[in-house]
Amino acid sequence: MSGSVPDGLGELLARAGGAGHPPWLTLLKPGDWALLLAAALLVAASYPLLWSGSAADRAIVKRDGQLVTELALNAPRKYEVTGVIGTTVIEVQPGRARVLSDPGPRQYCVQQGWLTRVNAVAICAPNHVTLQLSGRGGGNGSHDTLNY
Amino acid sequence: MTRSTIELPVTADDYRIARYAAAAIALTVAEAALPSPLPGIKPGLANIIVLVVLARHGWTDAAWVSLLRVVAGSLVIGQFLAPGFFLALTGALGSLAVLGLARHLPPRFFGPVSASVLAAFAHIGGQLVLARLWLVPHDGVIYLLPLFATAALVFGTINGLVAARLLAVPGAAPFLLKAG
Repeated sequence: MSGSVPDGLGELLARAGGAGHPPWLTLLKPGDWALLLAAALLVAASYPLLWSGSAADRAIVKRDGQLVTELALNAPRKYEVTGVIGTTVIEVQPGRARVLSDPGPRQYCVQQGWLTRVNAVAICAPNHVTLQLSGRGGGNGSHDTLNY
Repeated sequence: MTRSTIELPVTADDYRIARYAAAAIALTVAEAALPSPLPGIKPGLANIIVLVVLARHGWTDAAWVSLLRVVAGSLVIGQFLAPGFFLALTGALGSLAVLGLARHLPPRFFGPVSASVLAAFAHIGGQLVLARLWLVPHDGVIYLLPLFATAALVFGTINGLVAARLLAVPGAAPFLLKAG
Protein backbone atom coordinates (compact mmCIF):
# COMPACT_ATOMS: atom_id res chain seq x y z
CA MET A 1 0.00 0.00 0.00
CA SER A 2 2.71 2.42 1.02
CA GLY A 3 4.60 1.87 -2.23
CA SER A 4 1.63 1.86 -4.54
CA VAL A 5 1.27 5.60 -4.96
CA PRO A 6 4.90 6.29 -5.92
CA ASP A 7 4.82 3.23 -8.17
CA GLY A 8 1.69 4.46 -9.88
CA LEU A 9 3.14 7.92 -10.20
CA GLY A 10 6.36 6.51 -11.56
CA GLU A 11 4.49 4.44 -14.09
CA LEU A 12 2.41 7.44 -15.10
CA LEU A 13 5.51 9.55 -15.57
CA ALA A 14 7.20 6.80 -17.54
CA ARG A 15 4.19 6.50 -19.82
CA ALA A 16 4.04 10.27 -20.25
CA GLY A 17 7.70 10.13 -21.16
CA GLY A 18 6.97 7.59 -23.86
CA ALA A 19 7.86 4.28 -22.19
CA GLY A 20 6.61 1.37 -24.26
CA HIS A 21 6.51 3.53 -27.38
CA PRO A 22 8.95 3.21 -30.24
CA PRO A 23 11.61 5.95 -30.27
CA TRP A 24 10.62 8.91 -32.41
CA LEU A 25 13.36 8.47 -34.99
CA THR A 26 12.34 4.92 -35.83
CA LEU A 27 9.05 6.32 -37.07
CA LEU A 28 10.84 7.95 -39.99
CA LYS A 29 11.38 5.79 -43.05
CA PRO A 30 14.09 6.44 -45.69
CA GLY A 31 11.63 8.18 -48.01
CA ASP A 32 10.50 10.39 -45.16
CA TRP A 33 14.08 11.53 -44.57
CA ALA A 34 14.55 12.23 -48.27
CA LEU A 35 11.31 14.16 -48.47
CA LEU A 36 12.10 16.17 -45.33
CA LEU A 37 15.52 17.05 -46.70
CA ALA A 38 14.10 18.12 -50.06
CA ALA A 39 11.38 20.15 -48.35
CA ALA A 40 13.89 21.83 -46.04
CA LEU A 41 16.06 22.78 -49.03
CA LEU A 42 13.06 24.18 -50.91
CA VAL A 43 11.96 26.20 -47.89
CA ALA A 44 15.48 27.51 -47.34
CA ALA A 45 15.71 28.45 -51.02
CA SER A 46 12.41 30.31 -50.89
CA TYR A 47 13.82 32.94 -48.51
CA PRO A 48 16.50 34.46 -50.77
CA LEU A 49 14.31 33.88 -53.81
CA LEU A 50 11.36 35.84 -52.49
CA TRP A 51 12.93 38.28 -50.09
CA SER A 52 15.82 39.68 -52.09
CA GLY A 53 13.86 40.50 -55.23
CA SER A 54 12.99 43.99 -54.09
CA ALA A 55 16.45 45.40 -54.84
CA ALA A 56 16.20 48.00 -57.57
CA ASP A 57 18.28 47.36 -60.68
CA ARG A 58 17.04 49.96 -63.20
CA ALA A 59 16.13 53.63 -63.23
CA ILE A 60 13.38 54.62 -65.65
CA VAL A 61 13.36 58.21 -66.86
CA LYS A 62 10.21 59.58 -68.48
CA ARG A 63 9.20 62.91 -70.00
CA ASP A 64 5.49 63.65 -70.40
CA GLY A 65 4.86 60.03 -69.49
CA GLN A 66 6.95 58.84 -72.44
CA LEU A 67 9.97 56.67 -71.78
CA VAL A 68 13.21 58.58 -72.35
CA THR A 69 15.73 56.04 -71.16
CA GLU A 70 16.39 53.16 -68.80
CA LEU A 71 19.60 53.34 -66.82
CA ALA A 72 21.15 50.25 -65.22
CA LEU A 73 21.96 50.82 -61.55
CA ASN A 74 25.29 49.06 -61.67
CA ALA A 75 27.72 51.83 -62.50
CA PRO A 76 27.86 55.51 -61.55
CA ARG A 77 26.87 57.94 -64.30
CA LYS A 78 24.91 61.10 -64.96
CA TYR A 79 22.15 61.60 -67.49
CA GLU A 80 20.59 64.83 -68.74
CA VAL A 81 16.98 65.11 -69.83
CA THR A 82 15.68 68.20 -71.54
CA GLY A 83 12.16 68.97 -70.37
CA VAL A 84 9.64 71.76 -70.77
CA ILE A 85 11.49 74.44 -68.78
CA GLY A 86 15.09 73.25 -68.82
CA THR A 87 17.43 70.36 -68.17
CA THR A 88 17.01 67.81 -65.39
CA VAL A 89 20.15 65.92 -64.36
CA ILE A 90 19.75 62.36 -63.12
CA GLU A 91 22.59 60.80 -61.16
CA VAL A 92 22.95 57.05 -60.92
CA GLN A 93 25.14 55.09 -58.50
CA PRO A 94 25.21 51.35 -57.86
CA GLY A 95 21.81 50.43 -56.37
CA ARG A 96 20.41 53.97 -56.24
CA ALA A 97 19.50 57.03 -58.27
CA ARG A 98 18.50 60.64 -57.65
CA VAL A 99 17.60 63.87 -59.37
CA LEU A 100 20.82 65.88 -59.06
CA SER A 101 19.42 69.13 -60.36
CA ASP A 102 16.21 70.40 -61.85
CA PRO A 103 15.00 73.80 -63.08
CA GLY A 104 11.73 73.55 -61.13
CA PRO A 105 11.03 76.38 -58.64
CA ARG A 106 10.42 74.25 -55.57
CA GLN A 107 13.01 71.50 -56.05
CA TYR A 108 10.82 68.76 -54.56
CA CYS A 109 12.29 66.00 -56.69
CA VAL A 110 15.86 67.11 -55.89
CA GLN A 111 15.21 67.25 -52.17
CA GLN A 112 13.76 63.77 -52.22
CA GLY A 113 17.36 62.56 -52.36
CA TRP A 114 18.47 59.09 -53.26
CA LEU A 115 15.85 56.56 -54.37
CA THR A 116 16.76 53.01 -53.40
CA ARG A 117 13.54 50.99 -53.35
CA VAL A 118 11.75 49.41 -56.26
CA ASN A 119 8.95 51.63 -57.60
CA ALA A 120 10.16 54.69 -55.71
CA VAL A 121 9.38 57.79 -57.79
CA ALA A 122 10.77 61.32 -57.94
CA ILE A 123 8.56 63.65 -59.96
CA CYS A 124 9.83 66.93 -61.31
CA ALA A 125 6.41 68.20 -62.33
CA PRO A 126 7.32 71.64 -63.68
CA ASN A 127 9.77 70.06 -66.12
CA HIS A 128 7.44 67.08 -66.89
CA VAL A 129 10.22 64.61 -65.95
CA THR A 130 9.91 61.56 -63.69
CA LEU A 131 12.51 59.18 -62.33
CA GLN A 132 11.35 55.76 -61.18
CA LEU A 133 13.25 52.71 -59.98
CA SER A 134 12.30 49.22 -61.06
CA GLY A 135 13.57 45.74 -60.36
CA ARG A 136 12.56 42.15 -60.53
CA GLY A 137 9.94 40.90 -58.14
CA GLY A 138 8.99 44.38 -57.02
CA GLY A 139 5.35 44.22 -58.02
CA ASN A 140 6.15 45.83 -61.38
CA GLY A 141 4.27 49.05 -61.11
CA SER A 142 1.28 47.78 -59.19
CA HIS A 143 2.58 49.36 -56.02
CA ASP A 144 4.62 52.56 -56.06
CA THR A 145 5.62 55.46 -53.84
CA LEU A 146 2.46 57.35 -54.70
CA ASN A 147 0.05 54.82 -53.25
CA TYR A 148 2.45 53.50 -50.66
CA MET B 1 -43.68 10.05 -25.84
CA THR B 2 -44.49 10.12 -29.55
CA ARG B 3 -42.08 8.17 -31.61
CA SER B 4 -40.21 10.21 -34.15
CA THR B 5 -41.57 9.70 -37.62
CA ILE B 6 -38.19 10.43 -39.10
CA GLU B 7 -35.92 7.44 -39.26
CA LEU B 8 -32.26 8.16 -39.62
CA PRO B 9 -30.49 4.84 -39.74
CA VAL B 10 -27.03 5.20 -38.21
CA THR B 11 -24.36 2.79 -39.35
CA ALA B 12 -21.17 1.74 -37.61
CA ASP B 13 -19.31 3.87 -40.16
CA ASP B 14 -21.23 6.94 -39.02
CA TYR B 15 -20.32 6.32 -35.39
CA ARG B 16 -16.68 5.80 -36.25
CA ILE B 17 -16.46 8.96 -38.36
CA ALA B 18 -18.33 10.96 -35.73
CA ARG B 19 -15.94 9.78 -33.04
CA TYR B 20 -12.87 10.73 -35.02
CA ALA B 21 -14.42 14.03 -36.09
CA ALA B 22 -15.21 14.83 -32.44
CA ALA B 23 -11.55 14.32 -31.56
CA ALA B 24 -10.48 16.54 -34.46
CA ILE B 25 -12.97 19.26 -33.49
CA ALA B 26 -11.73 19.17 -29.88
CA LEU B 27 -8.18 19.74 -31.13
CA THR B 28 -9.35 22.59 -33.39
CA VAL B 29 -11.08 24.32 -30.48
CA ALA B 30 -8.11 23.81 -28.16
CA GLU B 31 -5.79 25.17 -30.82
CA ALA B 32 -7.94 28.27 -31.38
CA ALA B 33 -6.97 29.34 -27.86
CA LEU B 34 -3.26 29.32 -28.70
CA PRO B 35 -1.74 32.68 -29.56
CA SER B 36 -0.22 32.86 -33.02
CA PRO B 37 2.64 35.09 -34.13
CA LEU B 38 1.13 35.53 -37.57
CA PRO B 39 -2.48 34.94 -38.63
CA GLY B 40 -2.61 31.63 -40.41
CA ILE B 41 0.33 30.00 -38.66
CA LYS B 42 -1.14 27.26 -36.52
CA PRO B 43 0.03 23.77 -35.57
CA GLY B 44 -2.98 22.14 -37.24
CA LEU B 45 -3.24 19.42 -34.61
CA ALA B 46 -6.55 18.18 -36.00
CA ASN B 47 -4.62 16.91 -38.99
CA ILE B 48 -3.09 14.25 -36.74
CA ILE B 49 -6.55 12.71 -36.53
CA VAL B 50 -7.03 13.00 -40.29
CA LEU B 51 -3.71 11.19 -40.84
CA VAL B 52 -4.65 8.41 -38.42
CA VAL B 53 -8.05 7.98 -40.10
CA LEU B 54 -6.41 7.95 -43.52
CA ALA B 55 -4.06 5.15 -42.50
CA ARG B 56 -6.67 3.11 -40.65
CA HIS B 57 -9.84 3.58 -42.69
CA GLY B 58 -8.94 5.11 -46.03
CA TRP B 59 -9.34 8.36 -47.88
CA THR B 60 -13.14 8.64 -47.84
CA ASP B 61 -13.30 8.49 -44.05
CA ALA B 62 -10.41 10.94 -43.82
CA ALA B 63 -12.25 13.36 -46.09
CA TRP B 64 -15.40 13.12 -43.98
CA VAL B 65 -13.50 13.72 -40.76
CA SER B 66 -11.51 16.61 -42.23
CA LEU B 67 -14.53 18.41 -43.69
CA LEU B 68 -16.73 17.79 -40.63
CA ARG B 69 -13.89 19.18 -38.59
CA VAL B 70 -13.74 22.36 -40.69
CA VAL B 71 -17.51 22.98 -40.62
CA ALA B 72 -18.26 21.99 -37.02
CA GLY B 73 -15.00 23.43 -35.69
CA SER B 74 -15.73 26.81 -37.27
CA LEU B 75 -19.26 26.75 -35.83
CA VAL B 76 -17.89 26.12 -32.36
CA ILE B 77 -15.33 28.93 -32.48
CA GLY B 78 -17.73 31.32 -34.23
CA GLN B 79 -15.87 31.46 -37.54
CA PHE B 80 -18.46 29.82 -39.78
CA LEU B 81 -18.59 31.57 -43.20
CA ALA B 82 -15.97 34.10 -42.02
CA PRO B 83 -12.83 34.44 -44.17
CA GLY B 84 -11.00 32.08 -41.82
CA PHE B 85 -13.56 29.39 -42.55
CA PHE B 86 -13.00 29.58 -46.29
CA LEU B 87 -9.24 29.56 -45.78
CA ALA B 88 -9.54 26.46 -43.58
CA LEU B 89 -11.85 24.83 -46.12
CA THR B 90 -9.50 25.53 -49.02
CA GLY B 91 -6.57 24.26 -46.99
CA ALA B 92 -8.45 21.09 -46.06
CA LEU B 93 -9.48 20.44 -49.67
CA GLY B 94 -5.90 20.97 -50.84
CA SER B 95 -4.57 18.61 -48.19
CA LEU B 96 -7.15 15.96 -49.00
CA ALA B 97 -6.30 16.12 -52.69
CA VAL B 98 -2.61 15.66 -51.95
CA LEU B 99 -3.28 12.94 -49.37
CA GLY B 100 -5.31 11.13 -52.03
CA LEU B 101 -2.15 11.04 -54.15
CA ALA B 102 0.30 10.54 -51.27
CA ARG B 103 -1.33 7.32 -50.08
CA HIS B 104 -0.11 5.69 -53.29
CA LEU B 105 3.52 6.26 -52.23
CA PRO B 106 5.24 2.96 -51.50
CA PRO B 107 4.60 2.30 -47.78
CA ARG B 108 8.00 0.65 -47.43
CA PHE B 109 9.75 3.97 -47.85
CA PHE B 110 7.17 6.57 -46.90
CA GLY B 111 5.31 6.86 -43.62
CA PRO B 112 2.79 9.26 -42.11
CA VAL B 113 5.46 11.96 -41.82
CA SER B 114 5.74 12.26 -45.60
CA ALA B 115 1.96 12.39 -45.95
CA SER B 116 1.77 15.00 -43.21
CA VAL B 117 4.44 17.27 -44.68
CA LEU B 118 2.98 17.03 -48.19
CA ALA B 119 -0.50 17.75 -46.84
CA ALA B 120 0.80 20.72 -44.86
CA PHE B 121 2.36 22.22 -47.98
CA ALA B 122 -0.86 21.64 -49.93
CA HIS B 123 -2.73 23.29 -47.08
CA ILE B 124 -0.74 26.54 -47.18
CA GLY B 125 -0.60 26.38 -50.97
CA GLY B 126 -4.39 26.30 -51.22
CA GLN B 127 -4.74 29.02 -48.63
CA LEU B 128 -2.25 31.31 -50.34
CA VAL B 129 -4.00 30.88 -53.68
CA LEU B 130 -7.37 31.75 -52.12
CA ALA B 131 -5.87 34.67 -50.21
CA ARG B 132 -4.24 36.00 -53.40
CA LEU B 133 -7.43 35.62 -55.47
CA TRP B 134 -9.93 36.86 -52.94
CA LEU B 135 -8.75 38.32 -49.65
CA VAL B 136 -5.55 40.17 -50.57
CA PRO B 137 -5.56 40.61 -54.35
CA HIS B 138 -1.95 41.67 -54.49
CA ASP B 139 1.28 39.79 -55.20
CA GLY B 140 2.56 40.90 -51.79
CA VAL B 141 0.96 37.83 -50.19
CA ILE B 142 3.54 35.69 -51.93
CA TYR B 143 6.22 37.28 -49.74
CA LEU B 144 4.69 35.44 -46.78
CA LEU B 145 5.33 32.12 -48.51
CA PRO B 146 8.71 31.43 -46.85
CA LEU B 147 7.21 31.89 -43.38
CA PHE B 148 4.18 29.74 -44.15
CA ALA B 149 6.36 27.09 -45.79
CA THR B 150 8.62 26.98 -42.75
CA ALA B 151 5.63 26.55 -40.45
CA ALA B 152 4.23 23.84 -42.73
CA LEU B 153 7.51 21.95 -42.65
CA VAL B 154 7.89 22.15 -38.86
CA PHE B 155 4.29 21.44 -37.89
CA GLY B 156 3.84 18.93 -40.70
CA THR B 157 6.81 16.95 -39.38
CA ILE B 158 5.63 17.09 -35.75
CA ASN B 159 2.04 16.15 -36.60
CA GLY B 160 3.27 13.35 -38.82
CA LEU B 161 5.47 11.98 -36.05
CA VAL B 162 2.59 12.05 -33.57
CA ALA B 163 0.31 10.32 -36.07
CA ALA B 164 2.99 7.74 -36.84
CA ARG B 165 3.38 7.05 -33.13
CA LEU B 166 -0.34 6.67 -32.59
CA LEU B 167 -0.45 4.25 -35.50
CA ALA B 168 2.63 2.31 -34.37
CA VAL B 169 1.24 1.46 -30.94
CA PRO B 170 -1.97 -0.54 -31.10
CA GLY B 171 -3.00 0.52 -27.61
CA ALA B 172 -2.46 4.23 -28.15
CA ALA B 173 -5.41 6.62 -27.97
CA PRO B 174 -7.89 3.90 -26.99
CA PHE B 175 -10.83 6.27 -27.37
CA LEU B 176 -10.05 6.29 -31.05
CA LEU B 177 -9.45 2.56 -31.37
CA LYS B 178 -12.74 1.60 -29.76
CA ALA B 179 -14.49 3.06 -32.75
CA GLY B 180 -12.60 0.90 -35.22
